[in-house]
Order: sequence, then structure tokens, then C-alpha cells
Amino acid sequence: MKIILHIWRQRNCKDKGKMTRYEVPNVNQEMSFLEMLDVLNEDLILKNEEPVAFDHDCREGICGTCGCMVNGMAHGPLPGTTLCQLHMRHFKEGDELYLEPWRAAAFPVVKDLVVDRSAFDRIIAAGGYISVATGSAPDGNAVLVPKENAECSMDAAACIGCGACVAMCPNASAALFTGAKIAHLGLLPQGQPERDQRAIAMVAQARQELFGSCTNIGECEAVCPKEIKLEVIARMNGDFIRASLTGR
Amino acid sequence: MSAIAINPVYRVVRFYEAPIGKKAIMALTGVVLFGYVVAHLVGNLQIYGDPQQINKYAALLHNPATSGLLWGARIALLLAVVMHIVASIQLWKLKNDARPVAYVKKDDAAATYASRTMMWSGPIVAAFVIFHVLHLTVGAVVPLQEIAPNEPNVRANVIAGFSNPAISAFYILAIALLCIHLYHGLWSMFQSLGFSHPRYTPKLKKGAAIFAILIAIGNCSIPVAVMVGLVK
Ligand code: HEM
Ligand code: FES
Repeated sequence: MKIILHIWRQRNCKDKGKMTRYEVPNVNQEMSFLEMLDVLNEDLILKNEEPVAFDHDCREGICGTCGCMVNGMAHGPLPGTTLCQLHMRHFKEGDELYLEPWRAAAFPVVKDLVVDRSAFDRIIAAGGYISVATGSAPDGNAVLVPKENAECSMDAAACIGCGACVAMCPNASAALFTGAKIAHLGLLPQGQPERDQRAIAMVAQARQELFGSCTNIGECEAVCPKEIKLEVIARMNGDFIRASLTGR
Repeated sequence: MSAIAINPVYRVVRFYEAPIGKKAIMALTGVVLFGYVVAHLVGNLQIYGDPQQINKYAALLHNPATSGLLWGARIALLLAVVMHIVASIQLWKLKNDARPVAYVKKDDAAATYASRTMMWSGPIVAAFVIFHVLHLTVGAVVPLQEIAPNEPNVRANVIAGFSNPAISAFYILAIALLCIHLYHGLWSMFQSLGFSHPRYTPKLKKGAAIFAILIAIGNCSIPVAVMVGLVK
């Protein structure tokens, strides 16, 4: 089938950039979205044109490296799916797709569809850790974790940091990402010692990175490839408020 | 991150600097404003009682012996409105800074109409509140009647006001927007204050919608009743 692409082309972070139209005439239904872009790039290289830069690594939906907006939806139209796991069978002959990089002040475009997400790393560095005694390996099950907490924590820990939540949010807020990290650690006994400081520090860092403020719209939850729930944002709010009120 | 005690002023500043702190203020002031909307509606609905009912209620509120209470409530409400608006404008500015380059194409995945238009419904409702106070409290729009000093003839004033279709239409429009604002705001404030639970949150959203609609029906019924001649 034939797919028409309008892709954001931007040479580097200083370039102004613009949308460019491409046709990919022989798209196979079994291809993943990224494979379709590979085919386009092979073609561009043969024509001595600059291939489209896009981020990718595992191509199996677990690393969080890939992603762009497809017709205004982060990771494309399929819920709970990263761009690399989106397959061309979900599109039809003649579809016109607009591919744009994540848009946020905190995610500057590096090139074409590639953005710099180190703002996420700095949020993690601000508080996304726990202190552990190193040395000999601890006994298994020495620290007991309630089953529900383990489940909820694992659900939050599924976040792969792809940035789709920020990209999709009308406020470009990193609330879902930050909330997931705070919930993931804060739900476990090992995360308790730093729980208050973590909420304060990670929230402050997200603000410093120029992410926007959450207005409980739910776009992030709808496009999250790992289906992280808005509940983690409420948890972050609660942790932040409690830490602010009761911190000594 | 050290555990050095921080001074109370800095603690408050740090709280309010964070978007979550501002949202908490918006939620708390939102509760106050919502409480007022409900109390106000309860007062208004007394127009359906016997002809003296609502004027007696007005006289009670204007009783000089308790004018301190009335002014206390007015100042608290004014403070709540100001804090709510200031925080919303600050957060809204943040939103513009956070995405300087817009998408060429953007779709909605889950956003409700109400959630996307809080910055429209809110200010229009605020403008309406000013008009409403000028209209029925100050008497700057149409002259007001009094039964005695400090005893406004609320019933006559309401009927006179709503006999003007333009005034009624503005009231109904503003209340529809308030309904939309509360449709999102009434559940959003729980989320902002840290409460979310898979068992209760879906019910909260439904409850917020029902409450918002009931409030709108109750308030809109009054101009409609006057215009069709049910309240004379
Ligand atoms: C100029 C006037 C107003 C503006 C600009 C405004 C704006 C906003 C905005 C932007 C939100 C945040 C929504 C969100 O983030 O989810 C909000 C929430 C809310 N508003 Fe207003 N609003 C105004 C007036 C009012 C009035 C008059 C009422 C009540 C009668 C009200 C009740 C609420 C409630 C209950 C919330 C929920 C708080 C929360 O989300 O945490 N607002 N408003
Ligand atoms: S490339 Fe790893 S998640 Fe898509």
C-alpha cells in the first residue's frame, strides 16, 4: 500500500525546520512503523538525500527510546503501544500521516524527529533513587512488601520514560512521568526514607525544567504505551502536599 | 538534600512555587466557591416558596446585628476568588512557556470539552459574578426596591430583572458555563489534593457531572420561571 508522510525536517537545534512531504509506495502490512521509516530512508539515501533521523533502540516496546507524534497522537493511534510496536496493518492505502517530534520547551529538538529528553534524567537524579546498604547480598524476603503495594509499584515502574505523556499533554506537563517515578518508589518500604524529600525535589526539578502544570485532562494516560494511570499523579500531589505540610 | 530545618516563610514559598502547591490552592479555594454556589442556590430556590419567603431570608442575611458575619463571608469569598484566579493565571502562563512551538496537527485522546475550556469558562463566570453583584446587590444595572432600610425586596427585584430577556439570557449562559467549569472542577479538585482510587474516582466523576447539572437546572429555572410567568 501507499502511505503519504508529512515529516518534520530540522537539520539541527538551531535550524527553523519545516514539514516535508514524502510518499512511501510499497508499504507492507507486516512492517512496523519504524520499518516503514527505514524503507523511506533507504530510498532517500539512494536518492542522495538526508535520511529522516528518528530515535529507536530495542524495537520491542520496552526501552522508551522511540516515539513521535502521528497525526497529533503520541506513538500513533493504537492505545498502549510504542511507535516501534505499531504495525502498518493499522493503516490503509493512501493514508496521510503527519509525523512531528515531541513538542516541549524541556525537550529541544536535536534533529528531525529526535528530541533531547535529558530533562527526564535530571528529574530522576533529583530524587528517583533509594539508599541501600551495599556489601553482602541481603536475605530474600527480609523486607516484607504488601502484595497490593508490590502490584501498584510495578504498574508505576512500567514507565519507560519515552516522553509521550509530555508530548500529548496540552500543558506539556511531566506529571505522569514524575508521578510514576514517585509512586514506584514511594509504594515500597525501601522507598520510605527519602519519600518526602523525593516528592519535593522531583516536583521542583520538573518545574525548573520548564514542564507545564497538570490540569487533570488525562491525555497522558490515554497515550501512555505502558498504560500508567492518572492515579500516580494524585499520589504525587498527595506526597508533595503532605511533605510540604509535615516536613521538619 | 540535607535535613536542615527550613524557615516557615520559605516553606510556604516553596509550596506555592510548585505547580502542585498552586493547584492545591485552586482546589481549596474551589471548594469554598463551590460551597458558596450551593448555599446561594438554596437561598435562590426560596423564590418558589410563599411570596414572603425569599424576602424574609434576605432580611435575615441583612440583619444589622450579624452584619459582621455577612462581611466576613464576603471578604472570605473575595479572597478565595482572587487566589483562585491568580493561581490559574500563573499556571496558565507556565503552560505557554512549556510548549513554545505548537504542533502542526494535534488530536485529542481523552480530553473532555470541560477540561480544555477551564480558562474560558472561569473568566466568563467571574465577569458574570461582577455583573450579578452590580445587578442585584448594588443596583447599578436597574434600580432596586427596598421594603425597609436593609430589607431589599428581592422577589420584586428578581422578577423585574428577569423580565428583561437579555439579562435572563446572560444569566443562563453564565450558569451553563459555571456548569461546565464545575463538571471538570468538582472531580479535579480531589485529584489535585491527592485523592484518586479506582473504586471511587469513576463515581466521583459521575457525581461531579450530576451535581454540576443539578446546580445549572436549579439556577436556570429561576429566569425561565419568571419569563414564562410561573413566578409573578
Ligand atoms: C476568573 C475566574 C476563574 C478562573 C480563571 C478559573 C479557572 C480555573 C482553572 C484553570 C481551574 C483548574 C482546572 C484544572 O486544572 O483542572 C479551575 C478549577 C476549579 N474552579 Fe475555577 N476559575 C474561575 C472561577 C471559578 C468559580 C467562580 C468557581 C466556583 C463557583 C470555580 C470553581 C472551581 C473548582 C471547584 C475547581 C477545581 C479545583 C481543582 O482543579 O483543583 N472557579 N478554575
Ligand atoms: S524502540 Fe524501544 S520502545 Fe520503541
